[in-house]
Amino acid sequence: MKISYKWLQEYINLNENPDVLADKVSLTGIEVAGVRYPDKGLKKIVVGHVNSIEPHPDSDHLNICQVDVGESEPYQIVCGAPNVAAGQDVIVALPGSRIADNVKIKKSKMRGVESKGMICALQEIGFPENVVPKEYANGIYVFTEPVKIGEPVFKYLGMDDAILDFDITPNRADTLGMHGTAWEVGAMYHEKPTFEQPELTETATKAQDLLKVAVENKAVVPGYYLRIVENVQIKPSPMWLQIHLWNAGIRPINNVVDITNYIMLAYGQPMHAFDYDKLTRKEILVRDAKPGEVITSLDGEDHQLDPEDIVITDGVVPTGIAGVMGGLDSEITASSKTVVLEAAVFNGTRIRKTAQRHNLRTDASTRFEKGIDTASVTAALDAAASLLQQLAGGAVAQGVLVGNDIHPEDAVIDIRLDRINHILGTELTLAQVQAIFENLGFKVTVSDTDLMTVSVPPRRWDISIEADLVEEVARMYGYDNLPATLPKIAMTPGKFNPQQRFIRRSKTLLQSAGLSEVISYALTTKTKAQQFIMTADTALTKLDWPMTEDHAYLRLNLVSGLLNDIAYNVARNQTDLAIYEQGRAFTKKAGEIRPVEREYLAGAVTGLVSGDNWAQDKQVVDFYYLKGILNTYLADHDYTGDISYVANTDRPELHPGRSADVYVGEEFVGFIGQVHPAIAKAYAIPETYVFQLDLSTLLTLPTTALVSQSAPKYPATSRDIAVLLPDTVTNAQVEAVIKRRGGQHLQNIHLFDVYAGKNIEAGHKSLAYSLTFQNPEATLTENEINEQMTHITDYLTESLHAEIR
Amino acid sequence: MSLKSDLEQLKEKGLAQIKTVDSTKVLNDIRVSLLGKKGPITNVLRGMKDLSAEERPQVGSFANEVRDSLTEAIETKKQELQTQLLNEQLSAETIDVTLPGRPVEIGTSHVLTQVQNDIEELFIGMGYQVVDGPEVEEDHYNFEMMNMPKDHPARDMQDTFYITNEILMRTHTSPVQARTLEKHDFNQGPLKMISPGRVYRRDTDDATHSHQFHQIEGLVVDKHITMADLKGTLEVLAKHVFGADRKIRLRPSYFPFTEPSVEVDVSCFKCGGKGCAVCKYTGWIEVLGAGMVHPNVIENAGIDSKIYGGFAFGLGPDRFAMLKYGIDDIREFYLNDIRFLHQFKVED
Ligand SMILES: [Zn+2]
Repeated sequence: MKISYKWLQEYINLNENPDVLADKVSLTGIEVAGVRYPDKGLKKIVVGHVNSIEPHPDSDHLNICQVDVGESEPYQIVCGAPNVAAGQDVIVALPGSRIADNVKIKKSKMRGVESKGMICALQEIGFPENVVPKEYANGIYVFTEPVKIGEPVFKYLGMDDAILDFDITPNRADTLGMHGTAWEVGAMYHEKPTFEQPELTETATKAQDLLKVAVENKAVVPGYYLRIVENVQIKPSPMWLQIHLWNAGIRPINNVVDITNYIMLAYGQPMHAFDYDKLTRKEILVRDAKPGEVITSLDGEDHQLDPEDIVITDGVVPTGIAGVMGGLDSEITASSKTVVLEAAVFNGTRIRKTAQRHNLRTDASTRFEKGIDTASVTAALDAAASLLQQLAGGAVAQGVLVGNDIHPEDAVIDIRLDRINHILGTELTLAQVQAIFENLGFKVTVSDTDLMTVSVPPRRWDISIEADLVEEVARMYGYDNLPATLPKIAMTPGKFNPQQRFIRRSKTLLQSAGLSEVISYALTTKTKAQQFIMTADTALTKLDWPMTEDHAYLRLNLVSGLLNDIAYNVARNQTDLAIYEQGRAFTKKAGEIRPVEREYLAGAVTGLVSGDNWAQDKQVVDFYYLKGILNTYLADHDYTGDISYVANTDRPELHPGRSADVYVGEEFVGFIGQVHPAIAKAYAIPETYVFQLDLSTLLTLPTTALVSQSAPKYPATSRDIAVLLPDTVTNAQVEAVIKRRGGQHLQNIHLFDVYAGKNIEAGHKSLAYSLTFQNPEATLTENEINEQMTHITDYLTESLHAEIR
Repeated sequence: MSLKSDLEQLKEKGLAQIKTVDSTKVLNDIRVSLLGKKGPITNVLRGMKDLSAEERPQVGSFANEVRDSLTEAIETKKQELQTQLLNEQLSAETIDVTLPGRPVEIGTSHVLTQVQNDIEELFIGMGYQVVDGPEVEEDHYNFEMMNMPKDHPARDMQDTFYITNEILMRTHTSPVQARTLEKHDFNQGPLKMISPGRVYRRDTDDATHSHQFHQIEGLVVDKHITMADLKGTLEVLAKHVFGADRKIRLRPSYFPFTEPSVEVDVSCFKCGGKGCAVCKYTGWIEVLGAGMVHPNVIENAGIDSKIYGGFAFGLGPDRFAMLKYGIDDIREFYLNDIRFLHQFKVED
């Protein structure tokens, strides 16, 4: 809402720098987005009188005007406006003047003819296009009321004002009217606003003889009032009215329309005027729209009405969309004679939905949906009728036609001073608080020493409970004056829970291993959402109404996001990447609606671990590089169960020969592998290795409690063993055999060589292990170890057909 | 006295010999030849039996003296030679210390995580718990419990991704307030919590909007929590995140779940309040929303709002990070350009 400083001064005694006022309003109630001074930066723009004009000899549209600007000689000004004529009082930018956008006007020659200055359109002195009266939209502005030649134009055009832009929160619709704004600003300055209600004289004609009115669905139209004004003469409004409108950002149209807009701005009460003579039946019926009904609104658009829309009808045919916009068929035009004025209260939710449905958000609908002052509906109606009488020569028919009568009541709230201080942490006195309420126009009666009974008028419909009153006190007292303390309450321990600690530890570990954290979108495409799933029996969750197909499904995996990130980086020549994400996957069983949110952890590596450098050859990422990281990560948690990797050829997004499911004990916890070349191609990424773990599962697994042990006192002994095996036998099988036959003193199995090729039988490989034995109680003897080694080699030969080398 | 003069001579000659030695091997040979079992000193000592009883101790002690000084000279020379040898070896081992070290990569934490961790740790230190909540929420908790019944206009302000009529992507972290309030047993003490996490809005992604972003919710409820406590707590937060010299300012605002509601500005950390491009020449930057928990929110959780009350606040790590590091496009956080991410190394 654009608030004119001068308009405010009509209601309250206000003498404050508008910038200071704006700051104060921002800190007390409503954010002021800015202050505009319409005449700021403009100079030497004066009223001129066009004495005569003659066509420019070398132009078919320019005129040479002799313009009196209050000096001894008239100025010769060449003007291209089509509507310039002798006898007009116009806006003249003198040589040396500044007009809008900081443009400087100089003496010049136009097609050989000297021109001293410029005759201006309103737009040229800074008026927004959308407030310029239509008749001056394509030409210069012409004054219609007496003005003094040579005087600056600003005061005549209402430009010597400051316009404050109120950015209103939904609860403060009371300031969508100047009366409400005056109460708000007045309360800040301890000034009580005064509003003059114009006098109204009615004729002998009874309104009820001219028109019948009825409201069908009274629940959604709690108040409905009409007045009829006859013999109206449509013409432009006087300057004062036009100025009030354009400074509020509304274009003046004609006296009738302008009056309805002016009343809306003043009272916050939307007002509609329509042409009585265009009503086919002399009755007004307000009802819910019927399916299939169509109306053409004032802006010329056709609307298919919905049964949730409220319409104004002539008993049969809709003539307007209630609370939103009138119909074209009953529009006020230059020939209108009898005007019906409507002031009503419509259900805010209904109006909001109608405005959304028809994409018709108007000044009226905004006010109805946010809430209006139900106590001033008829006052606004009477004021509008009175202005029609004054400014359009209208005759106001006797009586108000009532379709539904609203009985607004004050909200009465009891509140104790002690309660206010308890909530705010202040030590306010009763007098302070009472003054705040009274400045806001609330009535206060005190009983029982500190119990206030506060009556809040319907203007402030946002106030209904104690907390609302506390807010009024807090903001009027000033948040700057509030002390700053910390809660004085019982101590509580602050600590992370086990899951939070686990996640933090997980991130630290992966970062230490060189992976950087990324955060991807949890909403993704259908295809990507269901790739890299952990278990097959998982269903997708789709948004009901996505913004784009790119973000339409909830992810079942984290890997696809990592691959997006890799693609993004690779496309920007960042090819060596090690990244991870910790976040949620949204899994569910088919048929369920709400997914389960599981904490996942996924990593991806591509390119080089390190490039060629003077000290070492480049190292390329491979399966075992990522597996090393993954295994270090898993080993950190000291699970009771063994960590194992089981080849899985069936994961569709992974290389069938290079992927494994990961288990801790018997529990499946995730997978690791190379991204399938076909998938990599689809993402436009190079060879990439990924893993994904279900942290929610990992968190439930038993871990071994640490019992510390002294460093071993007796020496360990190592033995090397090399075995020749068929290719198909895995390291895991060999290790399992060694472990099984290694005896209780086998401490560690270290694979130090894998060899195939020269000197090795085709289809075979050689694995070489170093086995460490240690007895914490004694030094192991040569014999003990030899015996154990024999067990191992025998069993390797027997069960895996290994040849010991 | 010839024995004594022999010894004298031996000493002179030996010391001179030792002095000129330049290898440990030669030094060792000298040691053997002078002090060995077949060496001259041993010889002298052997010949002592022929001396008189008065002479014997004199010569004996002189012989020992000579032996000791020769031994000492050899030892000193030996140290000298070893040091020299070591120095030569070390000199030969000299490397170019300006060659680069072998690369070691350490990953970085995402800047949003850094901001979030920083704030979590601050509040943990003040005795808050960190509570996680679901990202897929019920309409009930996201809106109704937060005093936004169906048809509430504020629902339009936060365009929502619905899954069904009742299930949605949470639009804020506030539903965690409702869930925690519902479960909290005030016999166990006051409720002090923060809740960080992802939230979602039905928005078109651009420089200042993202359909996915982060929030941190704060909530303190007990029998006597004041708005002054809110102001004091936010002051601690603002100083912690934006610097010790920061001031805060509360402005009236509107949220359905708090009453009174405020927007919180922090004095500009760039210009200190004088006015600059960062604060749009106002000296203040809007950083978060807060207020006293609306009695309806307390009552909705089955708690008596006449006895219990408190404050709540909600802030955006994305916005904090953008302000703190001068990032002007929110999409940077989710595109994960590694060059962007790697800048943020310090978790302070
Ligand atoms: Zn600044």
